[in-house]
Amino acid sequence: MTKVDCNIDVRHLTRVEGHGNIHITIQEGKLVDATWAVVETPRFFEMMVKGMSSERVPFLTSRICGICSISHSLASIRSLERAMAITVPPSAEKIRLLAMHGETLQSHALHLFFLAIPDFVNTPNVLPLIKSHPDIVQSGLRLKEAGNAISALTTGRFTHPVSLVLGGVSKAPEKGELAELRQRLERVLPDLDAARDFCATLSIPDFERETEFVSLHNGSTYPFIGGDLCSTDGVRKDENDYLAMTNEYKEEFTTSKFAKLSRQSFAAGALARFNNNHVFLHPKAKETASAFGLVPVNHNPFMNNIAQLVECYHIVHDAIALIDALIDDPLEELKAAWTPKAGKATGAVEAPRGILYHNMEVDDGGRVLKGDCIIPTTQNNANIHLDLSALARQALQEEKTDKEIQQLCEMLVRSYDPCISCSVH
Amino acid sequence: MQHLGFSHKKIKIGSFDFTCCEGCQLQLANHESTLPAFLDLLDIRNFREISSEKHDDYDIALVEGSITREDEIERLKTIRKNAKVLIAYGTCACFGGVNSLKNNFPIEETVREVYGNNSVDTLPVRRIGDVVKVDYSIPGCPVSKEEVERIIISVATGSMINLPKYPVCVECKQQLNTCLFDLGEICLGPITRAGCNAVCTTGKTVCLGCRGPADDINFESFLQLVADRQLSLDELDEKLGFYNCFEEFRHDKS
Repeated sequence: MTKVDCNIDVRHLTRVEGHGNIHITIQEGKLVDATWAVVETPRFFEMMVKGMSSERVPFLTSRICGICSISHSLASIRSLERAMAITVPPSAEKIRLLAMHGETLQSHALHLFFLAIPDFVNTPNVLPLIKSHPDIVQSGLRLKEAGNAISALTTGRFTHPVSLVLGGVSKAPEKGELAELRQRLERVLPDLDAARDFCATLSIPDFERETEFVSLHNGSTYPFIGGDLCSTDGVRKDENDYLAMTNEYKEEFTTSKFAKLSRQSFAAGALARFNNNHVFLHPKAKETASAFGLVPVNHNPFMNNIAQLVECYHIVHDAIALIDALIDDPLEELKAAWTPKAGKATGAVEAPRGILYHNMEVDDGGRVLKGDCIIPTTQNNANIHLDLSALARQALQEEKTDKEIQQLCEMLVRSYDPCISCSVH
Repeated sequence: MQHLGFSHKKIKIGSFDFTCCEGCQLQLANHESTLPAFLDLLDIRNFREISSEKHDDYDIALVEGSITREDEIERLKTIRKNAKVLIAYGTCACFGGVNSLKNNFPIEETVREVYGNNSVDTLPVRRIGDVVKVDYSIPGCPVSKEEVERIIISVATGSMINLPKYPVCVECKQQLNTCLFDLGEICLGPITRAGCNAVCTTGKTVCLGCRGPADDINFESFLQLVADRQLSLDELDEKLGFYNCFEEFRHDKS
């Protein structure tokens, strides 16, 4: 039976961070309109940083996001350190990378287990799963808790880091606590396998729309902090040329900006990192990708969920290696002394949801003259928007019901793990 | 339902966010090992960030964020009407938070800086208490989950709710930290309400006062402390203004 008319109007999509709406209009069996609109209230962080002393800026910009505050803090720190030519001690670099791992593990576990999986098993939230699938929920909670434990030991707490400062870190983790954290990470390795086995039972929607994937690339490791900017369409740019990668523009129906590169839209996030950097993954992560048939360049946005799982493997193994390195490190020099000087630079990091840019210009007293922050979800907005049309069209051809189309569209948006309040900042 | 020997019904709760980073809501999903037990105390009626179910009957409304747009005012008033008890949680809800830094600039200039010539609706930042009656406030950027959990259970069991009256300095000294003033820094620990376990100063960074002023602080003497050590009054002012928690004192000073 061909569907004639249908209006899907999802206001304030649930199980995502922030406020976004999906509108789909179908008339006489044809898709008329599919829109992804962010309706979040803007906060104007780029204005707030004006005139602020640089040492305070990372504490402000971390407040852009409650989930990826470490990424925001480190993006600001990196841009200001590059602007003022501050060289960070290697021990502090290791602690910062470990902090990023904690945040990514926490964020991916939250997304996979609390926000995404309920769609695949048809429950409104994770609560029924506590009863029906207690083991997998416990595995998810332990992975998330392990991520939080890393963040707490490396930055002082879970959200809004305390000890990430310009020049390095203000405090080193104690070695005894590092050893305990290492044991804890060893203990969650079976939880990763449980998550993998559970995800293997889920049916991932069969949908592809060819697009471009943008991420960091440093040519030697799976990237998290700094490096070149690269895309699956062959674009390669220096970190400071971030504006040539993002090309932001504003659409009337949404408060968050859109972005494009070689095509009408591009994607950032775990799948983009995987597509550009799979060769640098830990062998266990590569093995997991193969088990799911995840091969670069993969164009199915629903596979971003699996790419997050693959990254969890990489992160836990790499975190263990970093802890070993920190235990052997004298941890004597943690913070470089610095004096303010005028300059301007970009700090790019891979936040859990994708590449994040902060660009800061400071005067010779170290006060910010101008700040710019480009968020992964902003970069994904146009791609989500265009995916919605393609997905709705495919679902119409497959004669899906209104309810099924709505659920697929909601699942699509959630697969990107959008961080909407972040994207408006 | 029993909790520590008190019987009570499941607490019907809603959690709502306005202009903010949603970091306070996220704290509710932390402390994973006790999370299923905490969730078991609650009947979650409305919590968009984690659940697709939406109902308008709740005893407690937890409200996060500050108010910066016209449509938020109506939404907040409806929540107030539906809730028996409204708790503002997080520094944005209680004091305006970092969002308030926007109020230092004219609105038109702010919109132009970020959005160019595109028009965007935005109002000067207001606290939740500026718009509706607030029954309890839980400050913090972010809130501590232990404190939120304790207060929710207190509301349900009818126990007394008190935030610490003393400053962060007390908690910091209990942890035997080196005083950051002795390291030449301006720290708001002596005037800020405790309850955070001095998490920032223990991580060797200064307190920026996210929990607002402690009871009966001696601001004059604090100013004297900064002046005696010949520290920068401009830097002090930047710190006092960071979360918008010390406006009354900042104005007294000038």
